[in-house]
Amino acid sequence: MNSFERVMTTLDHREADRVPFFLLLTMHGARELGLSIREYFSSPDNVVEGQLRLRRKYRHDCYYGFWYAPLEVEAFGGDVIFLEDGPPNSGTPPVRHIEDIGRLTPPNIAQNRKLQHVLTAIARIREKSGNDAPILGVVMSPFSLPIMQLGFNIYIELLFEHPDLFDRLIAVNQEFCVNWANAQLEAGATAICYFDPVSSPTIVPREKYLKTGFQIAKNMLGSIHGACAIHLASGRTVPIIDDIVRSGAKVLGVSCDDDLRSVKRACEGRITILGNLNGIEMRRWKPTETEAKVKEAISIAGPGGGFILADNHGEIPWQVPDDVLMTISEAVHRFGRYPLAGTL
Amino acid sequence: MVAEDSNEKIRTFYDSLLALDRIALSRHLHQYVPASQPTRYVEEIVVPALEAIGKDWETGKISLAEVYMSSRIAEELIDSLFTTKHLVRREQPRLAVAALQDYHLLGKRMVATVLRSAGFKFEDYGQIELGELLSRMERDRIEIILISVLMLPSALKIRELRERLSRSGSRAKIIVGGAPFRFDAGLWREVGADAVGLFASDAPRLVEAMAEALAQQEKGDRA
Repeated sequence: MNSFERVMTTLDHREADRVPFFLLLTMHGARELGLSIREYFSSPDNVVEGQLRLRRKYRHDCYYGFWYAPLEVEAFGGDVIFLEDGPPNSGTPPVRHIEDIGRLTPPNIAQNRKLQHVLTAIARIREKSGNDAPILGVVMSPFSLPIMQLGFNIYIELLFEHPDLFDRLIAVNQEFCVNWANAQLEAGATAICYFDPVSSPTIVPREKYLKTGFQIAKNMLGSIHGACAIHLASGRTVPIIDDIVRSGAKVLGVSCDDDLRSVKRACEGRITILGNLNGIEMRRWKPTETEAKVKEAISIAGPGGGFILADNHGEIPWQVPDDVLMTISEAVHRFGRYPLAGTL
Repeated sequence: MVAEDSNEKIRTFYDSLLALDRIALSRHLHQYVPASQPTRYVEEIVVPALEAIGKDWETGKISLAEVYMSSRIAEELIDSLFTTKHLVRREQPRLAVAALQDYHLLGKRMVATVLRSAGFKFEDYGQIELGELLSRMERDRIEIILISVLMLPSALKIRELRERLSRSGSRAKIIVGGAPFRFDAGLWREVGADAVGLFASDAPRLVEAMAEALAQQEKGDRA
């Protein structure tokens, strides 16, 4: 069974040959190529080579089309700050005053050099990999992108106190999000990971989510021409799992703050779990601890399929060393073989 | 008097804050604020209500948006009903709050709101890089710095702040908070911080504790 078949089997809530695992690595490709993070993301060729090398090295089950979180806000005119030791970060928000929302328009994907780089990278990975593993495209949800467009505090105030401007901003973001997701699918992405941390009950109350983030997700997932995962990027998921299922997602990225047993009960047979190793702590895990964490997650969420082991945030920190990643890989290959009873 | 049935008053204040009910909150403040001791009302009702909100966020009962909106409304109400003179404590260490490197200012803003609500005076450095932070701390003779971060690299940068403060002979206390510290319970010690706040409402208590530690150090020096 190759990675593609393994992942499709688990998405179908059946046991494959082993538990699939996604090492959601972005910056680590730069380390493989001996480049700075800024240099690495300056060319699609680097990202293609980085993703191919990382999968050969760690034998995980996907290619990751995610470059960095502020990619989309950069297309809206925002600053990106490159660090030597971490993911590119969003700088000063591009929408300085909420009144400017009225003049905001969606970026033109065809004319945006950086977005085109991402599409080129996806197409080349598809070409070079021979479809042996799924390629994950990524979009920031229209409901969560405003954190970087406006700043977190201003966005929360907008959400609670300026419904008209909120609706206008979401309309612009929705138009861009659908086009951006479909462009990645057309370029060769297998599925889209829809990052939506603001929808988590960690960030907004469920009642608010049902009127906003849920409706937006349902609308987006209905308009995107491929399978979607919803990832709350470390935010809690359990209180809204039923809602996320109703929104049409096939996969849910869950937090290390979530109780994996509760998640498994709520998701079983309905939506595949992606998660939930603690990426921040992972940085200093010892080999025995790493192995124990992998075994624990597999034993809880692995039975019956519907589970992909991954970190809880959707991006493994730069500081997580090779030996931890290698131990995760070895542990999955050793303890994740189905049937699980004999291996755990 | 405030103390007699303060639990009920805290609960009412808490409920009105979460409902973003400014009218009920204003009525509550006007009804119960002791004319001669407004700071006592803040300490006995407002700060405990904000602490309860912070704890309920940590246990997943309420959301970050509710925490932020309630702390902002509490600050507005206090500003409108009390004079600054009433709220500033007579004795307190020199404090500053900052968001190190990251442009996400929500955490820093919430800490500032809670401190202001509790009557602390402080410098607000906004979003700041390490070099400038050190210069401004030296210039303002800061004794306690409260740092909020969102990203792991920013959290790890605090180790360098600690080393450079130590080299310069500063005894400033460092209180840290933000997502990386929530996901890794040992990280604050690793970077050399003196304390960690898991929610913004921890700030007044931690500042008091650090002020006490500084006082003890001074006492030890004199002895």
